[in-house]
Amino acid sequence: MKRQYDMLVIGGGPGGALAAKTVAEKGLSVCLVEKRPAIGTPVRCAEGIGKELLTDFLPPDPKWIATEIERAELVAPDDFSMLLEPKMAGSEVGYVLDRKVFDRELVWKAAEAGAETYVKARATAPIMKNGAVAGAVIEQHGQTYEVDAKVTIAADGIESKFSKWAGIDTTVPLREIETCAQYLMTGIDIDPQMTSFFLGNEVAPAGYVWIFPKGEGLANVGIGIGGGKSGAGHRAKDFLDRFVKRKFPQGRIIELIVGGVSVCKPLSCTVADNMLIVGDAARLSDPITGGGIYNAMYTGRLAAETAVTALEMGDTSKAALMPYDAEWRVSKMGKALERNYAVKEVFVKLSDEKLNAIVHSIAKIDLDEFSTLTLITELIKANPSLLLELKHLRSFL
Amino acid sequence: MLNIRRDICGYCGACVSVCPEGALELVDAYLTVDHTCINCGICEKVCPLGALEVVKE
Ligand SMILES: Cc1cc2nc3c(=O)[nH]c(=O)nc-3n(C[C@H](O)[C@H](O)[C@H](O)COP(=O)(O)OP(=O)(O)OC[C@H]3O[C@@H](n4cnc5c(N)ncnc54)[C@H](O)[C@@H]3O)c2cc1C
Ligand code: SF4
Ligand code: SF4
Repeated sequence: MKRQYDMLVIGGGPGGALAAKTVAEKGLSVCLVEKRPAIGTPVRCAEGIGKELLTDFLPPDPKWIATEIERAELVAPDDFSMLLEPKMAGSEVGYVLDRKVFDRELVWKAAEAGAETYVKARATAPIMKNGAVAGAVIEQHGQTYEVDAKVTIAADGIESKFSKWAGIDTTVPLREIETCAQYLMTGIDIDPQMTSFFLGNEVAPAGYVWIFPKGEGLANVGIGIGGGKSGAGHRAKDFLDRFVKRKFPQGRIIELIVGGVSVCKPLSCTVADNMLIVGDAARLSDPITGGGIYNAMYTGRLAAETAVTALEMGDTSKAALMPYDAEWRVSKMGKALERNYAVKEVFVKLSDEKLNAIVHSIAKIDLDEFSTLTLITELIKANPSLLLELKHLRSFL
Repeated sequence: MLNIRRDICGYCGACVSVCPEGALELVDAYLTVDHTCINCGICEKVCPLGALEVVKE
């Protein structure tokens, strides 16, 4: 590890990897530190991503694609299900990834572009100079390094502490975190090309159960429930065990995954002097789906591009980095986050009767792409009364 | 006092993100709590596995 870099990236998830790769490709010096010994493990993800979103970054590769998804179903509390299919039946709309391989590939690409990468290397404090971040203290293999950087990117995920240490409050409110548990299950009777989403206050209060196939008879079966609904005897794992017992009593569990997904509003500001915050660390996962892989990659790349421009200008102040914050907010992703936050606030309060009525209203929806916008628009068309509750949403639709 | 059941913890970091005091930290697969903990119990609620308990002294 050197004493000084143009950029220091904290965290080797999709956000950090894209940031490091983008800067390295410009020929600048970049150091990426990841506190875990192996990139991408343990996995904390259901591994689903829309096709359009992924291909924005790299061509799909069978190495890290477990399954191609062709349709989805939304299952009501009373077990009635609505089918979501692309207009062209049989074409894939999304993928279930193998994130252990995917995340490693992204970091490998960053390394190949010239980034220095360090694993089991943890940032333990920012280096502050004149009230601004100027690098970080890194601990690796019992050694302590002081690493100076002109710009630091906090890509440290849901358990992000770096921004907090630098004085930015990133605390997720209890009712705005989804607390999750997931089993990778084998020997279960599923449609290997279809993702399923189960709604209901009995099944998953303020959340949902998902089945994301990874092959024949193999799937991520998981749940997220609202943090406010979690407690002794009714935790995410308790609900998951109940679901699995009812649906897949013969299935075998070959992996346990736990995690938290923020469904709050993004941080009110994602830059500071010499620092940018990306991905989950900036609380950028989707409030409805919980999806954050694309959002992390998109903001990681954008933050790096902004930083490169700032470095070239010789000014990495908060004002000079602000274009990053402004741009993601008006992007397709930023608008989706704002809209889906408002929709989520309505949906988490719906009774099971209401959820049943909504799912029953349409038997099948044709989708161009797997977007929550199409789904919401169709649901509102079939349930005009929803518009009353979503009045303030009209401007988004 | 916060008791961390490391035999139950799945080191996911959900608790770290909701702690208002920043008292928790995940060192790879090893969750730690420091003296700034105020025993508010928020982390105890959120844990998907039930690895945390606030112990009344
Ligand atoms: C149960 C579950 C299911 C999900 N399902 C989906 C899904 O189907 N589709 C989807 O798109 N998204 C999903 N997500 C969200 C998705 O996993 C995240 O949004 C995504 O991983 C965010 O990427 P990131 O790079 O911001 O953070 P992460 O991938 O979390 O990476 C952050 C990295 O930083 C490291 N780090 C943290 N602190 C330090 C430090 N101090 N020093 C060094 N390194 C540090 C961590 O070890 C970690 O490797 C799911 C999340 C969960 C919990
Ligand atoms: S939320 Fe529970 S399982 Fe996750 S890190 Fe905290 S104590 Fe461990
Ligand atoms: S009890 Fe409260 S202050 Fe203590 S670690 Fe848990 S959330 Fe933080």
